[in-house]
Amino acid sequence: MSQRFDIAVIGCGVVGLAILRRFAMAGLKCVALEKGADILSGASKGNSALLHTGFDAPPKSIELQCMQAGYFEYLDIRQKLNLPLLETSAVVIAWNDDELVKLPDIREKALANGVTDAKLISQTELRMREPQLAKSALGAVLVPGEHVIDPWSAPLAYAHQAIAHGAEIMRGAEVTKATKQEGEWHLATPKGEVTARTVINAAGLFADHVEALIHEPDFEIKPRKGQFVVFDKPASKLLRSIVLPVPTERTKGVVLFRTIFGNLAIGPTAEETDERENPINDTATLERLKATAIAMLPALKHVDVTAIYAGLRPATANSDYIIRAHKAENWITVAGIRSTGLTGSLGIAQQVVKLYAKHFGKLPKKLPAAIWTPVPNLAEHAIRPYMKGGEILCHCEWVTRAEVAAAADGPLPATDIGGLKRRTRATMGRCQGFYCAAYVTSAFDKARYGTP
Amino acid sequence: MEHHSVIIIGAGPAGLSTALALCQSGAKDVVVLERETQAGGIPRHCGHKGFAPYKNFGLMTGPNLASLLREQTTGLDIRTSTTVLEFTLRGSLRVHSTQGITEISADKIVLAAGTRETSRAARLIGGNKLKGVMNTGELQQRVYLGGEHPFRRPVIVGSEWVSYSTLLTCRHLHAKPVMLLAEDGENAAPSYFSFGARLLGTKVVRGAKLIAIRGNSAVEAIEIERFGKQQTVECDAVVLTGKFRSEDALYSNGYLERNGYAPAVTDGFKTSKPNVYAVGNVLGHLETAGLCMAQGRELAKVLFP
Repeated sequence: MSQRFDIAVIGCGVVGLAILRRFAMAGLKCVALEKGADILSGASKGNSALLHTGFDAPPKSIELQCMQAGYFEYLDIRQKLNLPLLETSAVVIAWNDDELVKLPDIREKALANGVTDAKLISQTELRMREPQLAKSALGAVLVPGEHVIDPWSAPLAYAHQAIAHGAEIMRGAEVTKATKQEGEWHLATPKGEVTARTVINAAGLFADHVEALIHEPDFEIKPRKGQFVVFDKPASKLLRSIVLPVPTERTKGVVLFRTIFGNLAIGPTAEETDERENPINDTATLERLKATAIAMLPALKHVDVTAIYAGLRPATANSDYIIRAHKAENWITVAGIRSTGLTGSLGIAQQVVKLYAKHFGKLPKKLPAAIWTPVPNLAEHAIRPYMKGGEILCHCEWVTRAEVAAAADGPLPATDIGGLKRRTRATMGRCQGFYCAAYVTSAFDKARYGTP
Repeated sequence: MEHHSVIIIGAGPAGLSTALALCQSGAKDVVVLERETQAGGIPRHCGHKGFAPYKNFGLMTGPNLASLLREQTTGLDIRTSTTVLEFTLRGSLRVHSTQGITEISADKIVLAAGTRETSRAARLIGGNKLKGVMNTGELQQRVYLGGEHPFRRPVIVGSEWVSYSTLLTCRHLHAKPVMLLAEDGENAAPSYFSFGARLLGTKVVRGAKLIAIRGNSAVEAIEIERFGKQQTVECDAVVLTGKFRSEDALYSNGYLERNGYAPAVTDGFKTSKPNVYAVGNVLGHLETAGLCMAQGRELAKVLFP
């Protein structure tokens, strides 16, 4: 017996989950199908976790439109979902005279993109704001609206809210075949067949493969890898703002930024790659990133590296997002959602639902009452669970046994250690598991299976 | 605010010996704060022999030493599952227990927070993020406290004493290490140990660098570079041993002045803050438990002459 839905979303990255949430909250019967063992196991696993204003996005692009709609929706809903916001601002810094002359254009572009509070600041103002920066910083464009958010709690909250509105999430459910019979899609997965009237392809790094299930795709995913180095917590005291470079023709360059978990990180690189899963770090690049960070912020020399990671952006040859309805096929393609997907996701969801209403079906007239599903806060600057007591298992990140147990429970439990880390921060601190990994995994297994 | 005459942070060999010696010489109101559920420190999970608490005492296993220490300190005020979160600006401690967070002050504070190995991330080792990459600390806890068998053919990276103790842990597991990768380090153990490693059937490779760890979901191989040439070695786990460094969580924010990767001290134990002392492996170099205990007894004489 196959299960029938109005909407099937393929892919449980931040984009797929935001889309699922919006359809579910509109009152449609939805399912999301994820190939990985857990949600967020592809492109959404590793990014820089910034909430962008779109000040430097291509003007008049769909990307800019989605980012700005997403930005405002995030600010609007975040308190109801207990999602954090670290208000940092960003500075686009000129490190030499060639870059200095480009700053006015960067500000003009920001104004044209509707980011009206972007302004030029002098070397003196920059030094007052960021006294630890290397003295070679000559001036900057200040963008007050750029902030830092939690890259995993946000999509997890979207997933929980979708589930509360009746949506289903199937993990380990790679779509291997899509056939259309009597106006309905039949999607074959290892977890059984799913039937849906409309399919949304939000398969991220595999969007072209999924598209090929129904027709010759008119785009190809060209993954772009980004490597990151994360410094220990004292580093976050050295910087207030997100530090962006002046972009070149070739690349947006690496960013120095505080993380929501109280660290400081540098990245991403932009490397063309054939990898679509398990992106690899390489020592030479990590050493170069570390040196770049120290050159910008000399006091980092005395701070240890806490973590390293690599992420993949599902880029295409197209310079914009691809969000397109295939009318005859009852299919919506969402692809090429590059580095700005975390910010753009809620805006993309708005677009997709609009496309659906225009081409494929009416939305229920009466919206069901919204159910809010707040997630536990993991942000360092806000109230965290350990503050109320309980047994701490992970001593670097102060994660309690109750949090580990909660992550293994509920409507969307973590299925592996990666999922546990993203839900709790356990073992992600400076010792990287030296002290606690054995205890954390045994507590996690105990919560999942009853016995350690 | 709760106040004591001495607070010792950490109930490993150094912290417990300091507490014991203080109480034996008549000091009152000494409190030990330990974040783990049990006192004893790192030796609790070093299941092999090689621990000598006193001169001419003979060798015992880590867990035996830990329980000897617990026995000797029975009756002292040792609070387990109690984490010191940070030094406050006024010099007191923000302390977490199962009940919540409180602030505690003391006339004298002893930092005996111990040591940890340098992680994969801090070593900037490339490759995939995979199950099966661990430090000795995690391995020993899995094996001696959790009864796990985490691998069959690991590569052990390091040439310090602890690297050879990892070989003993492997023997206990009936696992056959494929290689001991001896990167040239300053704490290299005497070369007769590598002879011992060969006797146990493990190939010792010197002067090589671990470049990357590869696999799909778990470790399948490593890539090493030796004399400018790259080579792939198949294995099912990587144990990163040694490169011990001071557990700096409580002072890395600059609260105590540093000397390299350890708190700067004068006269053996005095830190840059007049009422804060440091003892044992938190001082940076990996010493034996016996030496840490001797240091604790020395410090007690300084604190309570």
